[in-house]
Amino acid sequence: MRSKHWLGICLSLFLIVGFLSSVQAQQKVIKIGAVYPLTGNIASTGLDNRRGVDLAVDIINGKYNLDLPLALEEGLPNLGGAKIEIVYADTKGDPKNGMAEAERLITQEKVVAMIGAYQSSVTKTASQATERLKIPYVCSDSSSPTLTERGYKYFFRVSPHDAIFAKDQFNFLKDLEKNKKIKIKTVALLYENTEFGSNVGKAEKKYAEEFGYKVVADVSYSANATDVTSEVGTLVKSKPDVLMHASYITDAILFTKTFKEMGFAPKGILTMAGYIEPGYLPAVKNDGNFIIVRSTFALDLAKRKPLVAKVNELFKKKYGIDMSENAARSFMAPFVLAEAINRAKTTESEAIVQALLQTDIPGKQVIYPWQGIKFDPQTHQNIYAQGTLVQVLQQEYVTIWPFDSAAKDVVWPFPAWKSRK
Amino acid sequence: MPEQLMQQIINGLMIGFMYSLIAIGLTLIWGVMNIVNFAHGDFLMIGMFTSFWLFTIYGVDPLFSIPICFLLLFVMGVAIYRFIVSKVMKGPMLAQLVVTFGVSIFLSNLAVYLWTPDFRLISSTFFQGTWDMGDFNLSKPKAIASMGSIITSICVFLFMKKTKIGKAILATEMDRESALLMGINTERINSISFGIGAALVGVAGAFLSTYYYIYPQVGGLFGTIAFSIVALGGFGSIEGAFIAGILVGLAQTLGGFFFDPAYKYAIVFMIYLITIWIRPKGLLGW
Repeated sequence: MRSKHWLGICLSLFLIVGFLSSVQAQQKVIKIGAVYPLTGNIASTGLDNRRGVDLAVDIINGKYNLDLPLALEEGLPNLGGAKIEIVYADTKGDPKNGMAEAERLITQEKVVAMIGAYQSSVTKTASQATERLKIPYVCSDSSSPTLTERGYKYFFRVSPHDAIFAKDQFNFLKDLEKNKKIKIKTVALLYENTEFGSNVGKAEKKYAEEFGYKVVADVSYSANATDVTSEVGTLVKSKPDVLMHASYITDAILFTKTFKEMGFAPKGILTMAGYIEPGYLPAVKNDGNFIIVRSTFALDLAKRKPLVAKVNELFKKKYGIDMSENAARSFMAPFVLAEAINRAKTTESEAIVQALLQTDIPGKQVIYPWQGIKFDPQTHQNIYAQGTLVQVLQQEYVTIWPFDSAAKDVVWPFPAWKSRK
Repeated sequence: MPEQLMQQIINGLMIGFMYSLIAIGLTLIWGVMNIVNFAHGDFLMIGMFTSFWLFTIYGVDPLFSIPICFLLLFVMGVAIYRFIVSKVMKGPMLAQLVVTFGVSIFLSNLAVYLWTPDFRLISSTFFQGTWDMGDFNLSKPKAIASMGSIITSICVFLFMKKTKIGKAILATEMDRESALLMGINTERINSISFGIGAALVGVAGAFLSTYYYIYPQVGGLFGTIAFSIVALGGFGSIEGAFIAGILVGLAQTLGGFFFDPAYKYAIVFMIYLITIWIRPKGLLGW
């Protein structure tokens, strides 16, 4: 009899303690979902995104002497020092999984906001899920223009989109013509055929016309190709002054090798995405030299922005490598969200959305060369986001445009393959 | 001759020979056991990584790692057959269908775990660069790999026609029951064919590693194409797979070149669909 009595007391104590600690846990941890391609074709990119996010969370949750939002205090001060916890889900690079995993994170893991998914096609479906379930989504690594043209209430984008990048490329060509007193007449467009590439192609066609360049080849292809000699053959035949290529990483490697093999060397090769991934240069080595890539981030920014140097130091300490563009892009989303949640003083969706609309992070608190972060009230695109161009010189990415913030002079034209070692 | 045409034909042939070698291993397994080896592409990946690590750690040129790849993949193939596939062969049809799929997922994720998802290239091989042939450029590693693929295919062909084991494999392919009655140990033939199928794709992996990038999911791309080549050439037919591989390579490059590269795989699969419509057994199938 007596032992039964004790058992009852113990059990109820357990229950009470359990209940209390769960209440406490709710106050102390804010769960944010992150969908990334952690396995599959572009798992190396997903890993890189994850590094950026993890470092950001370290800085938010810990105490760091950095001029970044929430760096100086531990956790979110307005929510009693609550810590951010990222719950990762693997999209395998597939839009189907993007949606399913986003739904799972919201309904089962109870995340209050979402970040990710790198590939625009996946971000598109994942954000359909968050929109339906009314959860804020802050994206800083997908660049398809259409993402912020859908009029979504819960979707925000920090980074520049491809139409901005595409326009930058043509602005660069105009600047270059003026600066070097040369004439550029024709461009060839080459792009992978999913959400990301085909939208870039569309924007480039529009701007080519606007800026007065003739499109001599318009080639779309599947990024999962085993061989791209017919694509490059078409390019060689069209003899363009400049090639514009929007790719993921596997196709960037394959095309670089095929360009060399078939001796394709236009005056300039202007590229996007795949060419700036950390896997690219180690794979192609010197063959990547002189290629120009759009970028939001380059380590040579550190010279003008001490914050970049400090963040890279932390990154290097944690992972043993320099911060790459992808890691740098994913790095900012957790800050934007945490800062908004801190101002909202609650994890309730509508309040976070309102806070995001009020976001005004000054330029000195971001690791990119922008004026800051402030969302357009209609599209929710960061109005200050802009791109830069970097060129691969001796296997390093060096800022070459805009010319006034260039670290080195651009090498133009692209040297013929035979003249290179 | 129009500019670039010669180049495209050469390139189509070279990728075609590579497809052939990959598909021959697959058709062998398929023909003998009536089993779809979904892990075939992953065997290719293992072959590529083997040659990559031999090169990186011991400085062995991929051309010399071919015998090692052959042996390693043979042992792996036999082991996978003995311990996994043969058990399932007694089970229901569906289990047979998915077992190699499981092996595929296991192998590619094991590779991610062991070697990270990064991309690797073998930087300096014995043959690299291109030969300038006037009308076209000939990539040295691709040319060597094509030669290798042709030689290997001839060897397989001779092995099947001239040796006792080869004849036993063919007999099992044609009629398992009768082969068993004639005193052929079909269980042994099964494991040997699985081993040889894997070993051949291992050789293909070693050749491919001389010019293609290597990463854990690389098998998926080649695996899918190999399936359609086997179906096109005729299930179980080695000559069929060889010819179909070249056809697919040519269709892919020339189709992409003359029409729009965006449709090159559509063209390949259209040829495949038309062929099986006219000849459901494939070009040289029984």
